[in-house]
Order: sequence, then structure tokens, then C-alpha cells
Amino acid sequence: MREIRILSPTAILGYGFPEESFREGLKRRPDVIAVDAGSTDPGPYYLGAGVSFTDREAVLRDLRLIIRAGRELNIPVLIGSAGGSGAEPHLMWNLDIIREIAEKENLSFKLAVIHAEIHKQIVLDALNSDRTRELPCGLPLCREDVTGSTHIVGQMGTEPFIKALEMGADVVLAGRAYDPAVFAAVPIMMGFDAGLALHMGKILECAAIAATPGSGSDCMIGYLHEDCFLLEPLNTVRSCTVTSVAAHTLYEKSNPYLLPGPGTLIDLRNTVFSQYNPTMVRVSGSRMIPAPVYTIKLEGAQKAGYRTVSIAGARDPVFINQVENIIEGVRARVKDNFAGIPAERYRLLFHIYGKNGVMEELEPQKNITSHELGIIIEAVADSQELANTVCSFARSTMLHYGYRGRISTAGNLAFPYSPSDFKAGEVYRFSLNHLITVEDPCSLFPIELTDIKEGQGWK
Amino acid sequence: MEVKLTDIASVIRSKNAGPYELTLDIIFNDREWYDKVRRAQVISRRLISELYRIPDHHILDIIEFEPAAAIKITVRRPMISGDIGDSDVYGAQQHAPLLGIKFKLPE
Repeated sequence: MREIRILSPTAILGYGFPEESFREGLKRRPDVIAVDAGSTDPGPYYLGAGVSFTDREAVLRDLRLIIRAGRELNIPVLIGSAGGSGAEPHLMWNLDIIREIAEKENLSFKLAVIHAEIHKQIVLDALNSDRTRELPCGLPLCREDVTGSTHIVGQMGTEPFIKALEMGADVVLAGRAYDPAVFAAVPIMMGFDAGLALHMGKILECAAIAATPGSGSDCMIGYLHEDCFLLEPLNTVRSCTVTSVAAHTLYEKSNPYLLPGPGTLIDLRNTVFSQYNPTMVRVSGSRMIPAPVYTIKLEGAQKAGYRTVSIAGARDPVFINQVENIIEGVRARVKDNFAGIPAERYRLLFHIYGKNGVMEELEPQKNITSHELGIIIEAVADSQELANTVCSFARSTMLHYGYRGRISTAGNLAFPYSPSDFKAGEVYRFSLNHLITVEDPCSLFPIELTDIKEGQGWK
Repeated sequence: MEVKLTDIASVIRSKNAGPYELTLDIIFNDREWYDKVRRAQVISRRLISELYRIPDHHILDIIEFEPAAAIKITVRRPMISGDIGDSDVYGAQQHAPLLGIKFKLPE
């Protein structure tokens, strides 16, 4: 019976894992160590600004253990969505970490770097030849979305990873990738069933989150057979149960039966989850349906301004009762005071915790029942200076605003900090979340192969 | 018999499904409760529309997922994740209105 074992150390590179769990994984002689480093969950800033949402020291710690183990066992190490968002700066940031590890640990290996930043002209050409498509709830792509983006990435499938491995890579560092791709690439290359390989990858990409108790910072191993796969958590405190694994299949997706990916659709309508032993779950019946046309998902972000926030609290019941009117009064004062500044240059927002700060317009509870409120005054403007100005003026106005029935005349707000205002810097928004049709699954993702020689990680 | 959703569901959660969508998962304690609720069609478009005060066409799907004894509701996000004015970038705290659901099931 053929079997391939894929070790997933952690849900996101840099989220960490206990060394004990990792050792347990290595004892099971994995054939591949694969890790996903990315997500769009933290929002558009990280892609737009070219910054990682994970910490360098934490990524270095995880990768040092992973790459060292990969070299000791002489098995491939695959890293997807480098630096979280997987654009060029994220990839280079992660490459720098790998070079540092290679030098410090005296390692030699063949490193493949797969780029995922998509040149704007490629997207514009696709737009002009009607090869782009919006996703549900999205708007059709327009030229400005593309030209205004600071970074655009494409989510690669398994094909570029397979190509890199065929070129002889021991370690593959990829830019933005479909989360399951790093886990499914080697099995698909070896001829295992793509539906099972991708479904297993879909679960392994979150490592032990699919176990109970779940954890985003603990290891999981998958055993892929010809007709099923098995999942085993590597920490004795965790178990995989039919419910924990099936529940994970729901996570972060709109339809759990049909999971679209680059060139593929994973069909779970006939999937069977069963308890293999007290800690392991067996999954069978998942199928891969090839997509009629091969599409890659594009993600892009563009600058939307600069932000300054001020954080305060309120405890006065008279103030709390009138907070809506007070906010309107403050808005009017800001507008009046800076009448010379066009309104479209800035936005002033109030997040009122204790009222509807978490759910805003979706909040069904309309009455304030809290004895205190948390208030974030937020200004977003076309320059940092203007954001500072608007936030500062709104904050001082709110502090001394003379509302009806006021008893507390010394100040309306409790500031936990001095300074009270924080420059949050550049603000980005998602500009692209669209599909692009391609002929060749590898064409958007150039691969470079580098020979890292012992002690020469930086060369 | 009147039933509280929190008494018969072990997981009630929300999360982004991409930057445009918010997905709400209700995972029942066991298959029996899942079946009862499913048969009674308690988790309806109308209920979600009322709870979240959103128009029907913002409810993209309500899917029953038997392997997890779960019902999944996907709605349109009021704004794209991380846009100026968004209050929950991950969409992880939009489930609370579901916690108060009570309904009558046939004996």
C-alpha cells in the first residue's frame, strides 16, 4: 500500500509550535514538511504596504527547526505565501531569513524561490481581453483598481511547486499560494489522488486547528493513501474527532461541499469522515473536479490615505445618554472649523464600544446598557498631517463639548495615554479580489533556483 | 418544547470567507439536534434577515453540512474587510445575535 506522510508544523509560519510535538512528527518519518505562511485575514495593510504580519524573530525560530529537520531527513521543505501576503517584498523578507538560517546552521541545499507578484501590465492585458472575472459580491475589475494598487499577487496552485521540485529544489520558498498547494504538491507529483491530496492540504494548512482542543500553534501529520487519508495530531493533549475535522471543513468558506482553487474544484459531497482510532480521523471520498478553464485568484491592495486615532473612555451617564448627539455636534464643529478643507480630503469616524463598536450597522441592540463606553476617534485623510489635525481637533472638541444637562464640566473623556493620539500611518484597502484566466498554471510564477553552499547562506 | 440555540449547539461562530463575505457557523451538539432543527427549518433566511436587519438578498446561502452536524449561513459583509469604517477586520465577532435564538420544536 502506497503512503505519503506530510508534516504540518503550524497553522501560519511564525505562530510557533512545541518542539516536543515537532519531534513526534519527525519520529513518524515524514516525506515532506510543508507550511503555509499566509492569509488575507489581517486585512489589506500588509499586502499594500509590503510588510509581514508575522514577526521576523518568530518566523526565524520556526523555520530554523523546519529547515534543519528537512535537511537532516533529506526531505523537501515547502513554504507557501511567504511573509503572509506573498508579494515581492514579503518573499525577499523571508528569503533573507532563510539565508541567515543557512549561514548560521552551516546548511547546503538547493533553494527554489517562486515569485507571485503579478505585473500590472499582465492584469491590464487580461482586463482588455476579457480574461478577468469578479468573485461573488465583488465588482467587475476596472483599470484604476489595477493601476492604483501598490502590490498585486496571484495565488499559485501546485504546478509551480512541482516544477520547482523537478528542477531539484530541496527547499521551496513561494510567494502567494493557494493554502493547500504546499501540502498537495508532492503527493500529486507522485501520482496520488488530487482530490484527497488537496482536501488533506486544506485541513493541514491550519495544522492542529482541526483537532480538539484546537490550536493554531501545534503540529499535525497527514498520511495520504490511495483511497483515503488519515490525520493525527502530534501533541498528546489533542485528538482529531470526526466533529473537529468536519467542523474545520466549514471554517472560513462559504460552501463546505465545493471548494474552488486554482484550476480545481474540490468536491466534498461524497466525503466520509470516520474515527480511525481515538486520536485519528480517516477521510475518504473527496474528489477533484478539474476546472473548465484554469483561473488564478488575484489579490491587490491600494493606498486609501493616512490614519490617526485617539482612544478614550466615558463614565458619565448624562454623557453616555447623549453620545449620539455629542458626536453629531463634534462633527459639525470640525466641519465648521476647517471649512476651507474640502470634505472629500478626510473622514472622521467614531467607534463607540459599549454601544455598537463591534457590529456597527449589524448590531441589533439599539440601547446602551453599559455604565461606561470606550471611544475611538479616527481620522483618515489624504495626508498624515491632515489626519493628525482632524483627530486632534475632534478629540479636544469632544473633551470639552458642552452638551445639554452637563454636570461634569471639567472634561468628558478619560484618556488612558499621553499622548492621547496615535499616528497609525498608511491605510490600504483591498482593490483586487478577482480571477484571471491563464493558459499555463506556471506562467505567472517565475522560479529561480539557487545553490546554497555550506556556510555561505548570504552568497 | 421551547429550545435555546445555545443549549443545543456547541459552536456558534463568525468569520470572513474572503474579504467580501461573512460566514456564520452553527455546529450542533449531536446529529439528533441537527436533524430536529433542520427539519423544523428554524434557521431561515427570514430569521437571519430579522436578526441582522439585512435585506434578503444580502443572505447569500444557508447550507446544511451533515458531516459536522452544522448549519452555515453566509452573508454579504456590510463593507469589504479592512475598508475605512470596518469594525471587525477578521469578522470574528459578528455571531452574537445568534446566541439569543429560541424556538419551539414539535414534541
